[in-house]
Amino acid sequence: MSGAADLTKQTEDQTGEPTRTPMLELRDLRVFYGAIEALKGINVKVYEGEVVALLGANGAGKSTTLRTASGMLSPRDGQVLFHGERVDGIKSHDLVRFGIGHVPEGRRVFPRMTVRENLEMGAYRFKAPDPDDMDRVFTLFPRLGERRTQLGGTLSGGEQQMLAIGRALMGKPELLLLDEPSMGLAPLIVRQIFDILEEINKQGTTVLLVEQNASQALQLADRGYVLETGSVAMEDEASALLADPRVRAAYLGEGAA
Amino acid sequence: MSDATKTTNLTVAQQLREVHWYQKPRWRKLGALLALGLLMSMVTGVQGTHKDIFYAIRENFSDGSVAVWLGIALVVWAVREFASAPFTSSARKVKGTLVTPLGAVGRLWSTERWVRWTVIAGFAAILVWGPMGLSRFWQTVLVDQIAIYLLVAVGLNVVIGWAGMLDLGFIAFFAIGAYSAAFWTGALPVQPPVVLNNFLVIPLAVITCLIAGVLLGAPTLRLRGDYLAIVTLGFHEIVYLAAKNLGDVTGGTSGVKVERWHIDLGFWSYEWNVVDQMPFYWLLLAFIGIVVFLFIRLEHSKVGRAWTAIREDEIAAASTGVDTVRYKLMAFAIGASTSGVAGVAYASKVGYINSENFVILLSILVLSYVIFGGMGSIPGVLFGAAFLVWLPEFLRDFVDPKDRHMYLGALLVVMMIYRPQGVIPSRRRQRELQMAEAGTGGADATGPAPGRQS
Repeated sequence: MSGAADLTKQTEDQTGEPTRTPMLELRDLRVFYGAIEALKGINVKVYEGEVVALLGANGAGKSTTLRTASGMLSPRDGQVLFHGERVDGIKSHDLVRFGIGHVPEGRRVFPRMTVRENLEMGAYRFKAPDPDDMDRVFTLFPRLGERRTQLGGTLSGGEQQMLAIGRALMGKPELLLLDEPSMGLAPLIVRQIFDILEEINKQGTTVLLVEQNASQALQLADRGYVLETGSVAMEDEASALLADPRVRAAYLGEGAA
Repeated sequence: MSDATKTTNLTVAQQLREVHWYQKPRWRKLGALLALGLLMSMVTGVQGTHKDIFYAIRENFSDGSVAVWLGIALVVWAVREFASAPFTSSARKVKGTLVTPLGAVGRLWSTERWVRWTVIAGFAAILVWGPMGLSRFWQTVLVDQIAIYLLVAVGLNVVIGWAGMLDLGFIAFFAIGAYSAAFWTGALPVQPPVVLNNFLVIPLAVITCLIAGVLLGAPTLRLRGDYLAIVTLGFHEIVYLAAKNLGDVTGGTSGVKVERWHIDLGFWSYEWNVVDQMPFYWLLLAFIGIVVFLFIRLEHSKVGRAWTAIREDEIAAASTGVDTVRYKLMAFAIGASTSGVAGVAYASKVGYINSENFVILLSILVLSYVIFGGMGSIPGVLFGAAFLVWLPEFLRDFVDPKDRHMYLGALLVVMMIYRPQGVIPSRRRQRELQMAEAGTGGADATGPAPGRQS
């Protein structure tokens, strides 16, 4: 790989200074659905404070990667490391306690709970929800604040996505895993949500997201991985990926390769 | 040619848009009322016990009662359609005069502490001493059936109303509790290591049912809805058939005699006897009180919230940190052990059990108590169980006893059409049904349909 220059420097810095451990590392991950190999040895690193995007076509293995990272799937081979400690095989409800927040694919808000109750559920791992966190979510998403007594299932798609992100934030995550936050949403809403994700990242939450919407994701991300049929095909700075003609051809729908 | 197609298209649309006279609400109401009148004339008239199957119908048509019922239906329809205004306004007036004092009491209830305590104390007093005024028959019904099934229904409510798992074999745990009582008090053909007092059997029965609940639950909790229902149905049949066919162990259909509740402390002893039903009643009232108190606490605890989350969306629940498997198992086990306590209480009250006390019909009936009263709502479930156990006994005097469950069935059908959320629904259940009507959610017994799980 040509890019990721400073990263390579940091991780391979042998001179005195200890190497920087990634917050999340997926090492040679192999995941199977029955006999089908969905991930054929994937390596992904997410450093503290970063936004990392996983891109790829349908069936490339993006969601599988994220689900493995969030503990919903167990890898047959390879490791998931969080702050250098192995966490693969730990169930998703326990991973939440490590500070890994997960926004599942398709939003999945609690349809018959109000916005407020949804957010309170997000803080389930604590004794009681932190009112500051609640305020923070309502500041990030003023629309949720306006609808706090409305039922989750009656919100629009964009609002449900906001609620799902807000709910994950209530668990005070260090690392936020997002599975296709732009799915089925209008471009304007997608931009809003990505702006808020940027804000969340600035406030100190590391983000790993899976996206089909490559241009939005790469504008937000620091680094990106492009997956193809279960392997990492490209890995680079987001700006470099955004400029790469192959990425532009395959994922941004631009003319010839 | 295109003109021709156009006109035919139009006529099809017109045909579809046309409302026939019999589709108009007014005439449909008349049809429904007349049908109801016809049904009532058959129900109240001569019953078809004769060999000729048309005998009853012929009799009822010839003796004029049909005409009376149809006349009543016609009058009701005419009044509602053409002269309803004075009735509704006077009804509103009556309602208004009723509402004001009720509202006043309600306001006092929320502001004045003494009002609350007086009402609660009065209610408790009626609960404790009220049944003394009942006839012996009703006292027996109250203790042997209503109180016992209240306990079972409250337990089933945990499984189905809170955790959202459809259990069609709940009486299996009731049977396990009852046979635990029989075993440990030394009533079964097989002897226990130590013979225990009925009260000491309760914790053992709870543990046995917990284990049985977990054993059944652990391998089946991945299943949802329909599949789980079938598994629990099978479990019930296994328990029932074991009780029936292992006569050497369980006494089978001929049954065993179980000792009734008694306390023997050496210096003081007391025995509940069949002469007076009230001591049994007070004991069961205490059981129900404890269980209901614990369950209300549970509902508003973290456990209760976890159950709600699981019912709404399992994946989302897991992503917020709820251990779904553990809480589902817990619901199963808590429900099972409550049913087990009821089993002990039943055996120790009636003093005799056989396998036919635990037929599948009872599992279905208990389920209908929970749904009738309002799934997930403790007051609803208590009311549902009390009312639906009382009703067939009450009907005994009015209809052919063999037909009693038919009326129960009819009531359930009507109820599910007009008030599917139950008599006293839980707030959440009401929301579910509203959303289902608006097309934004399901209202199955087991919560929303499982989502995509690729």
